[in-house]
Amino acid sequence: MNALTLWFHRIGSPPTFHRIAGVLVPWCYAIGFVLGAIALYGGLVLAPADYQQGEAYRIIFVHVPCAWMGLFAYFFMAANAFIALVWRIKLSEVLAMASAPIGAAFTFITLVTGSLWGKPMWGTWWSWDARMTSELVLLFLYLGVIGLYHAIEDHRQAARAAGFLALVGIVNIPIVHFSVNWWNTLHQGQTVRLLGPSKIDSDMLWPLLLMALATHVWFFGSVLARTRIGLLELDGGKDWVRAIALAEGTRAPGATHG
Amino acid sequence: MTPTRKRRLIVISFVLAAVAVAAGLTALALQQNMTYLYSPSEVEAGHAPAGARFRLGGVVLEKSVVRSHDSLDVDFVVTDRFKDMPVKFTGILPDLFREGQSIVATGEMQEGRFVATEVLAKHDETYMPKEVADAIAKAKDTQAAK
Repeated sequence: MNALTLWFHRIGSPPTFHRIAGVLVPWCYAIGFVLGAIALYGGLVLAPADYQQGEAYRIIFVHVPCAWMGLFAYFFMAANAFIALVWRIKLSEVLAMASAPIGAAFTFITLVTGSLWGKPMWGTWWSWDARMTSELVLLFLYLGVIGLYHAIEDHRQAARAAGFLALVGIVNIPIVHFSVNWWNTLHQGQTVRLLGPSKIDSDMLWPLLLMALATHVWFFGSVLARTRIGLLELDGGKDWVRAIALAEGTRAPGATHG
Repeated sequence: MTPTRKRRLIVISFVLAAVAVAAGLTALALQQNMTYLYSPSEVEAGHAPAGARFRLGGVVLEKSVVRSHDSLDVDFVVTDRFKDMPVKFTGILPDLFREGQSIVATGEMQEGRFVATEVLAKHDETYMPKEVADAIAKAKDTQAAK
């Protein structure tokens, strides 16, 4: 076994991951919160008003980072589901299932803020155009994964079944992303581009990108925190969980009462 | 990699490839049915459903908006810079509605005219401060004057 595989195995073992994640979580939350606060100040106060939409465009600083996170969280979930299905790594199963509710929340915020933005600008809360419909399908996929996971008693079998659904659903990700290019939509095209210049003023761009960074850091904090709980639940009867439970002065789940 | 893992990897890759192909074909097949809006040129060419409601998309032609004095009736022309389509609408227009703005109108054809029941404003993906927009417009004007 080479050094990399060894390192991977060590990180992937639940007790080690639980310990390392425990150190990282507060840092992720703190950095995410500070960056998010700076980005919000930059977006809501410092950035100039838009030439066309006036002050109303400022919802972009919440809407777009959340939309990116909805897609990123899905990709993260599907990638972990893939690893879990092929290599049966327990940690990946837990990571995949931990990211589903977070991604669903981000997608939900995207739909709500988009609706709030659409009413004053477009003149409607909702329209069945390709971008909005595929984003709604994304939310339903998340809800399907969460529902399937909770419908099956055995945690590991549940994670495998839900992971398979998550993996198949990944075809929706390019549809969400490219819908504005492939079809005529009410939703406008892509503003921020990786290739070529973005179509947004630099005074407005930096708070947007900083907000995206903040939500990513926050996402990892949240995933790690949920994964720690998931690992404790899954390994409830094992020695390392008992040791933690004893150290905290409580009983491990599954320990006999009295 | 153990044989079991290799087998799982192959099976899952096959399933993913199959699903991707299925999704791609569905999207391709829906290309025709998923038309959110028709441009005036497409309506002129007879691509829009006759006698049914559909969405008309385009730019509000400059100096074409005529508002009624005693009602909410508005008449304007939607253009894709190739063909024009007169539109009639009764109701409140969104804030972004103005000449030169992209709009999406829902309604049907009546006597060669599009009678809309809903008008939505589209905006593009460009965001900039007003000063920058003004400077660009000014630069364009001076360029045109030369």
